[in-house]
Amino acid sequence: MAKSFKCEIVSAEASIFSGEVEQVIAAGVMGDLGILPGHAPLLTELHPGPVRVIHDGGQEENYYVTGGFLEVQPDLVSVLADTAVRAADLDEAAAEEARQHALKEMNDASAEIDYGRAAAELAEAVAQLRTIQQLRKKAGKG
Amino acid sequence: MAAAKEIRTQIGSIKNTQKITSAMEMVAASKMRRAQDRMKASQPYARQIRNVVGHIADANPEYRHDYMIERETKRVGFIVVSSDRGLCGGLNVNLFKAVLRDAKAWRDRGVELQFCALGAKASAFFRKYGGELVAARSGLGEAPEVQDLIGSVKIMLEAYDEGRIDRLYVVYNEFVNTMTQKPVVRQLLPLSTDMGNDKQDEEQTRPSTWDYLYEPDAKALLDSLLVRFIESQVYQSVVENAACEQAARMIAMKSATDNAGNLIDDLELVYNKARQAAITQEISEIVGGAAAV
Repeated sequence: MAKSFKCEIVSAEASIFSGEVEQVIAAGVMGDLGILPGHAPLLTELHPGPVRVIHDGGQEENYYVTGGFLEVQPDLVSVLADTAVRAADLDEAAAEEARQHALKEMNDASAEIDYGRAAAELAEAVAQLRTIQQLRKKAGKG
Repeated sequence: MAAAKEIRTQIGSIKNTQKITSAMEMVAASKMRRAQDRMKASQPYARQIRNVVGHIADANPEYRHDYMIERETKRVGFIVVSSDRGLCGGLNVNLFKAVLRDAKAWRDRGVELQFCALGAKASAFFRKYGGELVAARSGLGEAPEVQDLIGSVKIMLEAYDEGRIDRLYVVYNEFVNTMTQKPVVRQLLPLSTDMGNDKQDEEQTRPSTWDYLYEPDAKALLDSLLVRFIESQVYQSVVENAACEQAARMIAMKSATDNAGNLIDDLELVYNKARQAAITQEISEIVGGAAAV
């Protein structure tokens, strides 16, 4: 029986794979990597691409990751997968969106205040009208 | 009999409300279970990434990242995680109280504040309360994704990088159990204090440390790892808060259903009394009439 080691693939949202494997093949930023038992401790960033996991019996499984990190410890390989497509400009766009949202919220604040003031004025006018009507009724009766 | 009829319609409308609240209770109970699963599913990633960051910090004591350096506090950033919807008891109110308490403590020391609101309720809160809102995001739904949070987190991290804030906190509800949710204010940046402690403990217990081979190099890796680490922490807060929301809603709707039941019991008593009073009156009228003839 071939030697095997433990492999874990996790993303921020879920644990994707965990089990004993013979080999892990992934796309690192400096080139493709094949990890066999006894590999030196290593840490690398991953490019978007498949992570291939080869089980004891030679069975193969493919997981697609959009990036992340690969960590090799003496007896454990872990893949910290990104769930989202990451790129500097995409991140920038997301940040811009959040900023716009905040601005909108703050602009709405002024709208809300205006609305509040308008509602108050309306209530006042209604109260005045009611008073006038009551006065009229009294005057009619008297 | 007019009063009796009014009471009957009132009972009817309360019964309708009760149907709605008990349905919401059951929906919240099933959603809570799923939210709890999501909460558990996000833990392995956070644990792994914390280990890796700890290892690098261990192996490269000479390189201190900005995120690990404590600096003088002039401005503080808060990421406030709330729910999108109401009808979940005092969940959000308690959270905002915790934020206000902390905000006041910082203001008294002359520290300026910046806020990032995650969730519609937090946005609405800052609209009323004022305060400098630099990022907002709502409509995360029941299954929040990391992708939805990247933008907001990036703004806060940029602010930290550029020295516009010197500390970053995340405020969310901690899921203690189904009955209890506790608002917590947790420090995200700088990492130094708690990471340092972890490291020392580990060093004492761990028999051997190792250094990695780095691709491309330790510094670049640590930079991007720390960003991911903060993102995963914020994501975990959001997921945990979502579980809290469902639990709080379940409890709130359960008590609303119980209260509606009590109200119906009371009203039925009043209704029966009114009905009997009317019958008694009719009988005495008939008897009185017969006596007069």
